[in-house]
Amino acid sequence: MLRRFDVHKVTSVAEALDLRQRFGADAAIYAGGTELLLAMKMGVARWPNLIDVKPIASLADISATRDTLRIGATATHWDIERNTEVRRVLPALAQLEANVANVRVRAAGTLAGNLAFGEPHADPPSLLVALGARVLLEGKVGSRSLPVAEFITGMYETALAADEIILAIEIPLPARDVRVAYVKFQILERPSVGVAAVATVRDGRFVGSPGVVVGAVDEMPRRVSTSQFAGADAHDVGTREAIAEAAGAAVEPTADLAGDVEYKRHLVGVFAQRALASLVATAA
Amino acid sequence: MGRREIHLRLNGGDRRVEVDDQTLLIELVRSLGLVGTKLSCDTQVCGACTMLLDSRPVSSCTTLAIEADGKPVETIEGLADGAKLHPLQEAFIERFAFQCGYCTPGMIVSAKALLEAHPQPDVAKVRHWMEGNICRCTGYQTIVDAVLDAADKMRSAR
Ligand SMILES: Cc1cc2nc3c(=O)[nH]c(=O)nc-3n(C[C@H](O)[C@H](O)[C@H](O)COP(=O)(O)OP(=O)(O)OC[C@H]3O[C@@H](n4cnc5c(N)ncnc54)[C@H](O)[C@@H]3O)c2cc1C
Repeated sequence: MLRRFDVHKVTSVAEALDLRQRFGADAAIYAGGTELLLAMKMGVARWPNLIDVKPIASLADISATRDTLRIGATATHWDIERNTEVRRVLPALAQLEANVANVRVRAAGTLAGNLAFGEPHADPPSLLVALGARVLLEGKVGSRSLPVAEFITGMYETALAADEIILAIEIPLPARDVRVAYVKFQILERPSVGVAAVATVRDGRFVGSPGVVVGAVDEMPRRVSTSQFAGADAHDVGTREAIAEAAGAAVEPTADLAGDVEYKRHLVGVFAQRALASLVATAA
Repeated sequence: MGRREIHLRLNGGDRRVEVDDQTLLIELVRSLGLVGTKLSCDTQVCGACTMLLDSRPVSSCTTLAIEADGKPVETIEGLADGAKLHPLQEAFIERFAFQCGYCTPGMIVSAKALLEAHPQPDVAKVRHWMEGNICRCTGYQTIVDAVLDAADKMRSAR
């Protein structure tokens, strides 16, 4: 049962922005509703107006150029996981998406909604941060683009302004020899820990330092400082253990039903090692 | 806005109904007497309320009825052809894939979407697709067996 509200279906971004301005704090953007309607059912959120952006045709596009993958704001996890372009240019993202939530939430929920809700127990943010993805925003005064790392500002908090909407997520495509891995551990509905790793391995060594980002355990994704591992032997177990330890030190885990702080920090280490191992295994 | 008429295409039918914007799909369908679909967790976790909306499985407990405007909706009542059960329903009976039966409508509807997308799934595919449908009776093995049986039957019937 939901309390009374009005849904406003808009067919253009301009119309959405008009309503955003007109209703202010009395309206929320509504996409798949998988978070929004739950929060409203539980009574933790109450909006008299929902602005349904799904009818805006231009927001559904998923397209890739030579160096960028662009995912429109109303593309669902289901759309992304099946999209042939995504599978071709960024298979790690397609795989991540295929393992978000369950099939029903994937069928309705969008990637933009996932980011905008700022729920810490999420999969895409860590991989998107590791890849340097950006969120494209449109507001009354103009457009801007923010790195995902700056868009998510805390637990259920983002930099989205009250008059803005997300248009798309833009992901710079990794160069040919860059390997990308995302691994997660989950006992409940949402991930307990997720680790994204992005690196180039040549002749058994990291070219530059590997990118490692830990998600889901902390209030927001945390980038692990890995500069000391630039050029390190990627196959060396000692290197991987040291990176795993750095990963554990980079997070301040939140204790919850999925485990206490110490346990989660342990998981971070284990899954950082697995992410690196799978990345090295696929490297030439 | 507020209250509107939608074009409801439920299990092959075609009618116009008036709903409030906040009406949930499960509330609408059950109010029309189709009570096969069950409400359980109310949080999209358990799968008991699964319906197909435009061929995709959705949690009807957290889907607004207005989303169904003009799009085909399928529920468990839409599977049998008169007295003839759907191969999935037959396989669930043959394999004893339920005890209390509360999760079964959602299971079968979810499996129908699976077999439409992947007519020849392997065990891993079935388990992955069905992992969002929770059963507290069977231990799942008989459900997986039933889905695989139905896939075989539907293939040879083709
Ligand atoms: C049972 C369950 C399990 C889940 N498991 C996982 C999991 O394993 N991993 C994971 O990563 N996630 C998980 N999720 C989260 C899921 O990914 C999100 O619920 C979904 O992606 C949200 O998208 P939506 O379109 O439904 O958003 P909505 O519910 O429609 O909106 C969510 C928020 O985003 C805002 N919003 C939406 N679109 C825009 C836009 N274009 N511009 C500005 N603001 C916007 C809304 O105003 C709202 O604040 C789970 C959710 C559920 C319910």
